[in-house]
Amino acid sequence: MNGIHDMGGMHGLGPIEAEKNEPVFHARWEGRVLALTFAMGATGKLGYFRYYLERIPAVDYLRMSYYEKWFAALVERLSLSGLVAREEIETGKRARGSPKATPALPASQVLQLIAPRARTQPQGGPSHFQAGQRVRARNIHPVGHTRLPRYARGRQGLIERDYGLFGFQDTDADGHPLGPKPQHVYSVRFAARELWGEQASPRDYLYVDLWEDYLEPA
Amino acid sequence: METSRRGTAGGAAAGSAHGAGHRHDHDHQAVPSDLTLRVKSLESLLVEKGLVDRAALDALVDAYENKIGPRNGARVVARAWTDPAYKQRLLTDANSAIAELGFSGQQGENMVVLENTPKVHNLVVCTLCSCYPWPVLGLPPVWYKSAPYRSRAVIDPRGVLNEFGTEIAEDIEVRVWDSTADLRYLVLPERPSGTEKLTEDELAALITRDSMIGVAKVAPPKSGG
Repeated sequence: MNGIHDMGGMHGLGPIEAEKNEPVFHARWEGRVLALTFAMGATGKLGYFRYYLERIPAVDYLRMSYYEKWFAALVERLSLSGLVAREEIETGKRARGSPKATPALPASQVLQLIAPRARTQPQGGPSHFQAGQRVRARNIHPVGHTRLPRYARGRQGLIERDYGLFGFQDTDADGHPLGPKPQHVYSVRFAARELWGEQASPRDYLYVDLWEDYLEPA
Repeated sequence: METSRRGTAGGAAAGSAHGAGHRHDHDHQAVPSDLTLRVKSLESLLVEKGLVDRAALDALVDAYENKIGPRNGARVVARAWTDPAYKQRLLTDANSAIAELGFSGQQGENMVVLENTPKVHNLVVCTLCSCYPWPVLGLPPVWYKSAPYRSRAVIDPRGVLNEFGTEIAEDIEVRVWDSTADLRYLVLPERPSGTEKLTEDELAALITRDSMIGVAKVAPPKSGG
């Protein structure tokens, strides 16, 4: 979706404020939100995380801190999962008679979640583009989640490298995955001037990782 | 202005959200206490429903707070600086080379290492969200996840580098890597001069998180050290 999250190239979002000796979490609740997101994600019953982050209204997205957004997305995904009723979240109390579950992520399995073995390469078709080939990122504007940033759409670049097969991550307008339909992901090298015009340095390049469905020959 | 600790879009956006004369730091006190209660309430509910194991939450927080962080990445870079064969493996098959040192896992399953040279400077960003190589750098800092960095790193990388105090000569090629898919990038910074006699451990101590994102260079050791 053409949302506020797709912010590459925007102006006016303020100065970069780097904090010296920044802690990993600024408050206890931040770490709990991260952990709850993982622990509940292990149920396999929550909707696609990034889609729900991107559904946060733009004004809220800019105002909220990082883990506030995670929390908002978690609450929304829990409510839609059927695991927790909205009323339970509002009152903080388990509904009478609701079934008692078994945690999907017991403490004994945490390390396995954090450090899984190497991923297995999905099966899929051959690549349709080769290193050095000129391609154009398609000028598409899907209403669901997409990993093709707006600033690259319609622009030409060169295939730098074929990274192999990866599951497609786009969703439809309601957040349902369009994938997995595994396909090749390429590093595509765009001249900064192709993207930003004469104001950009002629020496600079952007490398964007793009699924085959995002590309056409140029 | 005080540091935006929790990743709002910066002064301008926070100002417009709260109206003129409404101080930014006011917001910082009001919001977290509410979230503290709401998160606590949700956690209790999920524990009560048997959906969450509290010990698992503790273990997750402990891992990301204490075990996984940029010291891991610094070990990788220091090894690459001192062992040419390792560096070669790192540049051709980063996953295996990083795993040799014991680092692997979530958000680092598909690593790519980018070498800075006297002619090329690499910079990593995720414009769409906050993709970052967790096993070697830990969780990203607030500025990396914030709107100002995500918006500007791609359109004005040299300006962004300047803000971090990093001067890049005009004849050097700047490469910006937008982490839009499952690949995760680690910059291999240049080894500073004056470090020829340092041990791998001493080198690792010089290597900063920011140098492995690409917003900074590794500074030479202070003389007399």
